[in-house]
Amino acid sequence: MTTIQDELQNLPPEKLVVEGVSKWFRTRRANVHALDNVSLNVKEGEFVCLVGASGCGKSTLLNIIAGLETPDRGQVLADGKLVTGPGRERMMMFQESALFPWLDVMGNLMFGLKLKPKLTRKERRRVAMFYLQLVGLEKFMDASIHELSGGMKQRVALARALAPNPRVLLMDEPFAALDALTREQLYGDIQEIWEKRRKTILFVTHNVREAACLGDRVVLFSPHPGQIKEEFSIDLPRPRDINSVELAKFSTSITRALKYHLRKSAGEVDE
Amino acid sequence: MKRWILPTLCFLAFLALWEWLVRAGTWSRVLVPSPLDVGAYFVTAFREGTLWPAIYVTMKRLVLGYAVGLAAGLPLGLLNARFKVLEDTLGVVALGLQTLPSVCWAPLALLWFGQTETAMFFIVIMGSLWSVMLATDNGVRNVPPIYARAARTMGSRGLHTWLRVILPGSLPFVVSGMKQGWAFAWRSLMAAEIFIAIPTGSGLGTLLHYGRELNAMDQVIGIMLVIVIIGLLADKILFSPVERFLHRRWGTSK
Repeated sequence: MTTIQDELQNLPPEKLVVEGVSKWFRTRRANVHALDNVSLNVKEGEFVCLVGASGCGKSTLLNIIAGLETPDRGQVLADGKLVTGPGRERMMMFQESALFPWLDVMGNLMFGLKLKPKLTRKERRRVAMFYLQLVGLEKFMDASIHELSGGMKQRVALARALAPNPRVLLMDEPFAALDALTREQLYGDIQEIWEKRRKTILFVTHNVREAACLGDRVVLFSPHPGQIKEEFSIDLPRPRDINSVELAKFSTSITRALKYHLRKSAGEVDE
Repeated sequence: MKRWILPTLCFLAFLALWEWLVRAGTWSRVLVPSPLDVGAYFVTAFREGTLWPAIYVTMKRLVLGYAVGLAAGLPLGLLNARFKVLEDTLGVVALGLQTLPSVCWAPLALLWFGQTETAMFFIVIMGSLWSVMLATDNGVRNVPPIYARAARTMGSRGLHTWLRVILPGSLPFVVSGMKQGWAFAWRSLMAAEIFIAIPTGSGLGTLLHYGRELNAMDQVIGIMLVIVIIGLLADKILFSPVERFLHRRWGTSK
């Protein structure tokens, strides 16, 4: 029989738990303190945006959560388990699409699926087709990567990341290199996919409006050393339009906070 | 279709001019045999059956030696890019030996292996191995690290990453290295065949050498032509399809 005590101790773990993570980069010239004692909890199905100026360590944090880098201090738990390396359940998307140019679109989607055991070739192709349709690019399955536009590349990268059905999607400024129109289209796409597939998404960006548009929660970073300063809950209904007035209110206050913390870290403001 | 007409006319005009210059006595027939003389040489050579065996002997040496050069050069290049110790030791040696024309190995090869096929293979291998290895090494270093990172998040590890990401990612470099290795092997083999007589078989280089000794310039030009044609065919048959694939996939040419 379980007691209340037991239940309190065995609460369902958060999807992602970042505990006191610090990271230094030592180069010959300098010792950069990239992350300082960062802690963050992300619930199952939550869409969290990390915002901050460039060089504030938000991408480093994402890499550590992905398992591509190790923290110098602290730890990351995914589903209550210590992250020691990259894993299929935490898929990453980069600013450059990182699609493989020697494979066609279908081949790129199949790459991750082939590494997933217990699937037949037919099932893999079906899954790949499903996600290509989800991003609306099924007609381009045989295209080479260089034939795609920037927005299409990021759509394929998104499909490739979704195909092995990860629970967590880590996105490192995936839309930063795209033009504004394409980006707005992708905001719609990613919200729709998130609603349909209910992934936990951690989204790094330096674009405050983008963060306010996408996130349930916006986490503010400040640089030197990278620290979490503030959090904002965005309780606007979805799908959200990046140009809406309500959204602008949020992004204005986040921007104000961002500027304040930037000045503070540069020593221009007293506590 | 039209693309063929102009080059064909050009070549025919060139041959006609050459034939005319020889017939008119402007060029001495002893020094420069006319195109028809070279044609006549081919007719006798094929009738007597001296040319096909020579082509066979040469191609066998080239293809086998090159295959060994590839089989060793590719993995060595991968290892060289992976391990710093190898880069600092074997890498330096390879860089040095790549600049050494591999026919320079002929005296040692003769001493070690005698006048045998093995000596020929050795020279061909030395000609191709280092370029292939260094091109692979260079190719691996030019693969954007983000590919490997993306692959790792998709569950790729160790050998799988090397064979499915790093190696295909470096393919444009590797293929140009393979081409260079082929050219080096071909050159060194020709030099070695002219330089060394092997009792077990006469290759094209040997025939070229005989041509010189007999003062039969029609034979010399004929053999040179065969060597050029083999080089062209190898390029068209072996490398062009691969290069076309690379250009199409990477989008690097029209």
